[in-house]
Amino acid sequence: MTTIYILWLRQLKRYVRARARIVASLGQPLLYLLGLGFGFGPVFEKAGQGSYIQFLAPGVIAMTVLFSSIFSGIELIFDRQFGFLKEMLVAPVPRLLIMVGRTLGGATVAIIQGLIVAIICVIAGFRPSLSSLPAAFLFLALIAIVFTAMGTAIASVLDDFQGFQLIMNFLVMPIFFLSGAIFPLKNLPTVMDILARLDPLSYGVDGVRSALIGNSHFGMTTDFAVLSILSLVFMAVGAKLFSRIQL
Amino acid sequence: MIKVQNLVKTYGQVEAVRDISFTVNEGEIFAFLGPNGAGKTTTIKMLTTLLRPTSGTVEIDGLDAATHQNECRKRFGIVFQDPSLDDELTAWENMDIHGALYGVPRKLRHERTDMLLQLFELADRRNSPVKTFSGGMRRRLEIARGLLHTPRILFLDEPTLGLDPQTRNQLWTHVQKLNKEERVTVFLTTHYMEEADRVAQRIAVIDHGKIVAQGTSAELKQQTNTETLEQAFLALTGSSIRAEGADASNDLRNMAKMWRKPR
Repeated sequence: MTTIYILWLRQLKRYVRARARIVASLGQPLLYLLGLGFGFGPVFEKAGQGSYIQFLAPGVIAMTVLFSSIFSGIELIFDRQFGFLKEMLVAPVPRLLIMVGRTLGGATVAIIQGLIVAIICVIAGFRPSLSSLPAAFLFLALIAIVFTAMGTAIASVLDDFQGFQLIMNFLVMPIFFLSGAIFPLKNLPTVMDILARLDPLSYGVDGVRSALIGNSHFGMTTDFAVLSILSLVFMAVGAKLFSRIQL
Repeated sequence: MIKVQNLVKTYGQVEAVRDISFTVNEGEIFAFLGPNGAGKTTTIKMLTTLLRPTSGTVEIDGLDAATHQNECRKRFGIVFQDPSLDDELTAWENMDIHGALYGVPRKLRHERTDMLLQLFELADRRNSPVKTFSGGMRRRLEIARGLLHTPRILFLDEPTLGLDPQTRNQLWTHVQKLNKEERVTVFLTTHYMEEADRVAQRIAVIDHGKIVAQGTSAELKQQTNTETLEQAFLALTGSSIRAEGADASNDLRNMAKMWRKPR
């Protein structure tokens, strides 16, 4: 327990101290929220879909959690580069606990980022239904765990920063764009529909959106089931790959 | 205390460590010397369970390092060749995480942290982030950290690299004191022969992944018919520079590591 706690605490301390990172990581969601939200708002409304900000905000919140948690997982590469990984790997504790501690820490950071963006969304005019806030929080937590574990898994097999850009462009951005965060998944072309269904974030965005504005594509139960299973799967894969790291 | 038998590590075609065997007795200061790329760090990584040997066995305090990893890890402290501190955290926090990972009870952990920070003259900077520390201070912190959980064995992989003579002197005095008073077994590597000569009771010289000589400093000098350990070392390992070979094998190793396949 101490192992999990101390490594969780480490992630939080690092987060709180990296003020530049906090501000920088809020820039992108803000851009999407304001740029897309106000830019496409009129078209969206004319198409009879209601307020775009209402629709978009849950997607932007989910996106924030996605980026932040993948990054937290990938931070493992920094630990490798700057040496702290050795200190963790040589410690007399099961690697599973180290991985769980790091992942929960990273996930907590991602959730905090998501909540900050949620507040910004409210300031920008987003009006969520307050009764299902706990459900929305649960979905954010699941998204955070799935993607932090995914990031850890990826970072466990990468040696350095070379692969980082590759992951951002060919994994994270597609996950974001195909998830229905910025457009409705209704009536999509078949290929897009299949891709969206394969994208874990689709269920996260859908869960958050159905909790916050009562607009669901897959149904909240499906969202919850898929994300719960995926978080277990990715935790297991991440733990497995992490435990195999040799220096 | 440490028993190594027929240890081999190969990376693809490159044989980094080729069938080495040696024993380090309890309470001994043992120096492991060799030119760059000779296989020192690879060996230390295998001794400290960070790297799985291709074949051969490592025994720490009578325990097989491959099957009793965590038990072995509790018994040693290690100061790595390159930094392994969390720069964003303070000296105190780095110590605290270490103590927690090694299961040192909170109260004892805090006491020992304070004592060690005092000892290594870092007490007044305990709450500064490590990124503000000089090279020497970082090194001292790493050593203090390695001692926090009162290890039975201390691995020091080129601990004095980049330190000024004052700090080096202080470090070895302290290591010798630990060795004498608390019977801590010390396994060290260094490129400074006079340091090995000064502190080590026994020395092994590794070159091209093989142990080419072992014994006391006097024995090595006698064996090579030389005056100083440095001369003995050069006589044993030749005076050509090894950097190129080391780089090539390093490159290969890094390539092999890049996409790690299950082994």
